[in-house]
Amino acid sequence: MNIYDIIGPVMVGPSSSHTAGAVRIGLLSRKLMDENIIKADIFLHGSFYATGKGHGTDLALVAGLLGMKEDDDRIPSSFHIAEELELQYSFSGIILRDVHPNSALLKLTGISGKYMEIIGSSLGGGRIMINQIDGLNVNFSGNYPTLIVHNIDEPGHIADVTAMLSHKSINIAQMQLYRDGRGGNAVMVIECDQEVPYESVKWLEKVEGVVKVSYLSLLD
Amino acid sequence: MFKSLSDIIKRIKKTGLPFWEIILEDDSYERQVPKEESWAKMKSLYHEMKLADASYDKNLRSASNLAGGDGAKVSEALEKGEILSGPFMGEVIAKALKMAESNACMKRIVAAPTGGSCGVIPAVLITCEEKLRFSEDKMIEAMFVAAGIGQVIAERAFISGAEGGCQAEIGSASSMAAGAISYLKGGDGNKIIHAAALALKSMLGSTCDPVAGLVEIPCIKRNVMGAVNAVACADMACAGIISRIPPDEVIDAMRETGLALPDSLRETGKGGLAQTKTGKEIKNSIWS
Ligand code: SF4
Repeated sequence: MNIYDIIGPVMVGPSSSHTAGAVRIGLLSRKLMDENIIKADIFLHGSFYATGKGHGTDLALVAGLLGMKEDDDRIPSSFHIAEELELQYSFSGIILRDVHPNSALLKLTGISGKYMEIIGSSLGGGRIMINQIDGLNVNFSGNYPTLIVHNIDEPGHIADVTAMLSHKSINIAQMQLYRDGRGGNAVMVIECDQEVPYESVKWLEKVEGVVKVSYLSLLD
Repeated sequence: MFKSLSDIIKRIKKTGLPFWEIILEDDSYERQVPKEESWAKMKSLYHEMKLADASYDKNLRSASNLAGGDGAKVSEALEKGEILSGPFMGEVIAKALKMAESNACMKRIVAAPTGGSCGVIPAVLITCEEKLRFSEDKMIEAMFVAAGIGQVIAERAFISGAEGGCQAEIGSASSMAAGAISYLKGGDGNKIIHAAALALKSMLGSTCDPVAGLVEIPCIKRNVMGAVNAVACADMACAGIISRIPPDEVIDAMRETGLALPDSLRETGKGGLAQTKTGKEIKNSIWS
């Protein structure tokens, strides 16, 4: 943890885990969707479900999905803003397996019809982790520009992606690989030291065997 | 990144730099940013604290409708000269309550180290600035001192109630604040870390038992305890009192104590005040 995890973030209260962390989960999800969200079915797990309401966890998640940061004064009125911007949302409880007590599953539909399922956890002090995207495990904090590539598990795809990154002089800070079985669905999570250019992300989407590419940019 | 307070002291001895500058240098190295950038960030956090303090609204109430307005009552009593602990401590009490209430009412605050404990550090620092007229630079330096102590606590133990009970939140905040005040009072590195140790020691065993799971009862008033304790411990340390248990060992004891706390007393709402008759009634009335 750096000193600004200790003092900071500047946030709308009351809870760094249940409010600020929840906004961040929403915002990261919005960035991963990379388009306006029109429908969000939100499932709260554990302590998010048990005490989320009094902590504004619901308001905070919606605020994040609308693109707000954890210090946005409009968080308390995010439900009204969602109505104005025509974001439909719903909340229910859920029991998720093997996740942190402060977790939520978000089923999101974007304006183009794009659909994503994201599980995120709030770890305390406003720090978060995205644990799952579309049913596949991933684990990243959102502190780095992060490239998430869903592909068919067959030889060559990792090389395609890393070759592209090296061509663009992007340094890999951390890389994780997951798959649900040999030859099945696989996912690469690559946290980078630099931003990946938009056209490179688009190029990856067209590579054979690549099913889906999501990119988390830290730029506003 | 420092793993112990004694490592910070060693670095002070080796370089001759003050405590705050060692923390600033270390941050700039760890995050690979210029020192000016780190300084500017700390300055903006201090400004946010002052802004949050100034924009307290006594008419706001929290989600449960139980929190709000208390800080103003202390301010009123202060004006009437009715605060036994004097104008300095009275102001510390009022500010700690106000910030924690603002937090409960979904206003913008600075987590330090958490939202629940956000009142402790600004209550003592802003009061010091107002009453003792330190320069702004000196206040930012004190913020670095607090952050450096908090980082070691996070490294060796924890800073969240869910992990270690309230000693990890209000206790850590109090410890950080005590070190910062010692610095403002002219204390050297040893006085800083002993103030931090004395403050943390006094809070060992404090449980996290918020009523209805909300950051309101007892959190808001515990901010007062953390702040007042910090002032007393800084006074003790600067008077030459040391913690007989070395500061790093005190932090380790906080960790051990936190791990030994039952689940029911670590932010689950299943024990302590949350499980009192009234605590349960409040919970039922909110969630029904
Ligand atoms: S009781 Fe728990 S939630 Fe409240 S301030 Fe203490 S640690 Fe934080």
